[in-house]
Amino acid sequence: MTTLRAGTPAADAAASPGTPVAVAPRPAVQVTDVTKRFSPAGAPVLDGINLTIAPGEFVCLLGASGCGKSTLLNIMAGLEKPTTGQVSVAGDGAALMFQEAALFPWLTAGQNVDLALKLRKVPRAQRAARVGELLEMVHLGGAADKRVHELSGGMRSRVALARALAQEQDVLLMDEPFAALDAITRDLLHDELERVWKATGRTVVFITHNVREAVRLGQRVLLMSSRPGRIVREWDVSVTGERRIEAPQVASLAIEITDKLREEIRRHAH
Amino acid sequence: MPTDTGSPSDTGSSLGTLEAGLDALQTASVRPVSRTRKAVRAVLPLVISVTVLLAVWEIAFRLGPQDVTRFPPPALVGLTFLHLWEDGTAGEALVTSVQRGVVGFLLAAVIGTPLGIVVARVRWIRASFGPLITGLQVLPSVAWVPAAIIWFGLSNATIYTVILLGAVPSIINGIVAGVDQVPPLYRRVGQVLGANPVEMIVYVILPAALPGYIAGLKQGWAFSWRSLMAAELIAVGGDIGFGLGQMLQQGRDLGDMSRIFVGIILILVVGIAVELLFFAPVERAVMRRRGLAVESGS
Repeated sequence: MTTLRAGTPAADAAASPGTPVAVAPRPAVQVTDVTKRFSPAGAPVLDGINLTIAPGEFVCLLGASGCGKSTLLNIMAGLEKPTTGQVSVAGDGAALMFQEAALFPWLTAGQNVDLALKLRKVPRAQRAARVGELLEMVHLGGAADKRVHELSGGMRSRVALARALAQEQDVLLMDEPFAALDAITRDLLHDELERVWKATGRTVVFITHNVREAVRLGQRVLLMSSRPGRIVREWDVSVTGERRIEAPQVASLAIEITDKLREEIRRHAH
Repeated sequence: MPTDTGSPSDTGSSLGTLEAGLDALQTASVRPVSRTRKAVRAVLPLVISVTVLLAVWEIAFRLGPQDVTRFPPPALVGLTFLHLWEDGTAGEALVTSVQRGVVGFLLAAVIGTPLGIVVARVRWIRASFGPLITGLQVLPSVAWVPAAIIWFGLSNATIYTVILLGAVPSIINGIVAGVDQVPPLYRRVGQVLGANPVEMIVYVILPAALPGYIAGLKQGWAFSWRSLMAAELIAVGGDIGFGLGQMLQQGRDLGDMSRIFVGIILILVVGIAVELLFFAPVERAVMRRRGLAVESGS
């Protein structure tokens, strides 16, 4: 049985049974009054963002192009500084998966994962086994010695996922990681990501402009407006049982969210 | 810390086979090319070009005034080469020049590489010295020969000074160009993975800049070899030894056109050999590893 319910603000964010949600009160990501301007006189890209993400939660940030969602993610990752406001992330930073797989083409699949471990100062003796485990986790156990150009787009994404997991951070930020993939591969990677999330208990913040993808994956979907970027609404997606992108419940919530998204886009016509 | 060693569920393994199937469908298998075919493909064009060149040369000789003191035919130049080889002149010149060229080039690489990294990475150094380095690259290094002779006399130091002044700027510029072409995304990946500034250079920027660096080294070699010939041609006598440039000058002094032709051809052959036997394979290996190799037509 799959049930979905649409709701409003979510203090009870991660209420779905069967998912590894910790009861710890300390949030995995806390964004407080964040504003971002790229020039002092310019219009704000992000305006008054407040966001609390619980440990183990899977949150999707949804918005049209140019709504500042990537900027918000970069601020969470520590790649950019907010103009005002604070961001705190559990642990000593967040793992980040980029739009393109962004693997280094001079390394093999295994070496790409290994580099993340090496830069974390994991002793050499432990690294080989760990690389094997991580690649096994994304079903690429046999591809460690393959060069990046020998991998398909889906395989590259999975290596990038393994590399992000190798960072051993509680929080995994994902910036439209599957946007460039074909639909068949993307569907599979949704299953894969969901499985990895459940197996590892990571907190995932997933950026997308694909409404169905957001509903398929997220426990919570946050809709951002554009210029300035604000979080205008959020939905809880409570699901029991298997969730698929074709499910009617996913479709009906996607329709509701799309309507709201279009309403936001329409405001810019005037 | 979350634990990653959760046992894969049933859905996990069936997902695994699904993915394995898709992976197999989406990755193309490469048809191997046989070794002999590869060798033929590499050598045949060279054989054709050399044959055509010799034929044109021979025809030009026969159609002209047939004055062997001004324009000797290929056969005479070949005989002169054999003669010079037997009496050891050609061998000595070749060994001397190649040794100087290689040592000078290696010195230039050792000096130019760290300088290049500094120029590429430190903004104020680049702003102040970048244009000067590009200027030095444009300045023909033969212009340094008179100064070098006054500083160091007719010695190897003069030769190496001229080589370094010719080759180091182009190696620096090669690295700078290579570093500039590193996609910003790679640096961001390095940053996210927690690389410190040194690790960023070692693990991200230098490997990413390698193709540009190799192009710079290649150009550095060309400049080394050219500068060497210029220096040898002008600096004759003293302790300076006998290289290909000196052989050209000797040919001029003796009025021996065949000797001059032998010298020119040997200089050309060394240039081509270094390109074909050293730079081309290195470049191909680097490009192939990155999936950038352009396979020659089928």
